[in-house]
Amino acid sequence: MQKENYRKTMEQKVIFEAPFTNEKIKSLKAGDMVYISGTIYTGRDAAHKRLFEMIEKGEEMPFDFEGQAIYYAGPCPAKPGKPIGSVGPTTAGRMDAYSPLLIEHGLKVMIGKGSRSEEVVEALKKHTGVYFAAIGGAAALMARCVESAEVIAFEELGTEAIRKLKVNQLPVIVAIDSNGNDSYEIGRKRYEIKP
Amino acid sequence: MREIDAQDIAQLVETLCIEACCVLPNDIQNKFKSSLQTEQSPLGREILGTLIENATIAKEERNPICQDTGMTVVFVTMGQDVHITGGYIEDAINEGVRNGYTKGYLRKSVVSDPIERINTGDNTPAIIHYEIVPGSDFHIVVAPKGFGSENKSGLKMLMPSDGIEGIKKFVFDTISAAGGNPCPPIIVGVGIGGTMERAAYLSKKALLLPVDHVNRSDTLANLEEQLLNEINQLGIGPAGFGGTTTALAVNILTNATHIAGLPVSVNIGCHATRHAEGKL
Repeated sequence: MQKENYRKTMEQKVIFEAPFTNEKIKSLKAGDMVYISGTIYTGRDAAHKRLFEMIEKGEEMPFDFEGQAIYYAGPCPAKPGKPIGSVGPTTAGRMDAYSPLLIEHGLKVMIGKGSRSEEVVEALKKHTGVYFAAIGGAAALMARCVESAEVIAFEELGTEAIRKLKVNQLPVIVAIDSNGNDSYEIGRKRYEIKP
Repeated sequence: MREIDAQDIAQLVETLCIEACCVLPNDIQNKFKSSLQTEQSPLGREILGTLIENATIAKEERNPICQDTGMTVVFVTMGQDVHITGGYIEDAINEGVRNGYTKGYLRKSVVSDPIERINTGDNTPAIIHYEIVPGSDFHIVVAPKGFGSENKSGLKMLMPSDGIEGIKKFVFDTISAAGGNPCPPIIVGVGIGGTMERAAYLSKKALLLPVDHVNRSDTLANLEEQLLNEINQLGIGPAGFGGTTTALAVNILTNATHIAGLPVSVNIGCHATRHAEGKL
């Protein structure tokens, strides 16, 4: 069940850092709020389509998936002197067609927003993955968590390019855990008033 | 005949694009704060608190509230006694969008063709709606529309016999199916009547009304209140993680319609339903 106290002091904060091992992933339960620090990669619609096609052709991936996380985000341009512009999550459902294959190939920690397909949930259970949700629209706040950003693949895709980010305490909620528990469903049921 | 220079229009649109993307309207900010008092879910309150903090940071740093700075929807209300000089109004508006999105470091999210999908690189073209009115006023609203919420919107041609219950069911079903995807707490714009495209236009325009707006029609005010209560009983909550604050407002606009039809359009606005307005 969800925890009642989400306002955590610094000591209580659960910091989650790459590499994301099976053991770490298994320790997370749907509804937990955790903070991600370290390296993550951005990628959304266009980048997913390319990664998917590259896997099908047997080509080498632009970064080693093992133990890494992908953040579904297309940031605003960086102002001078800043590493990145506003950077919140985009709707994850649009990546559902590609995610099961990527999960199978090791990219099993995802950050986005909104619900996922049954196929994605099954893939998370089978391969011990986790789907985090960042707070949609809280993008100016999340830009403050980014210490550095570097385009590492598909530069021509602009905002949709794959970026390597170094983040400090990016706040996320465990949306779907490795047992397939979905905190969107759990939360909604809890507060739904049936007519 | 009053003359307005196209360059002044471009300048105004540029300013409004940046302001709309970085400064959340006060009525929405205030509604976040009052919802903090009523939200039942602790995580929901945490999220509402985060949204308030985010809006404050965005305003202070002049950074976009959300990275999806949208497709730029522009509403022009122009007196029929106005004459635009020095260029075509549509070019001027698009120049304003181009400059605003470039100088404001806003994300460029527009592709030139829905099939080919090549980014235009400057967020143009804008979607522009014109209303010609009596007099010589010139008024513009810039309302950047993110697609997380736009994608969950819907339109249905109901039958007149479906009546108010049919309208309620369609709105309710659309919001229920959208779940946490459109970034709740949402604003629900509803257009009823007219033709298919008029209903859609009205539902978008309804998103510009203040969240504390009270409909002048008692019937519609009552319908808005009922829908808001029922939507907030869905349990979706802030960011979709459960709670009692799913929508901040339901705003309805209506139009005369045909004896055989009852078009209903639901346009969902996310918690960052942005808009900024100006006059020349």
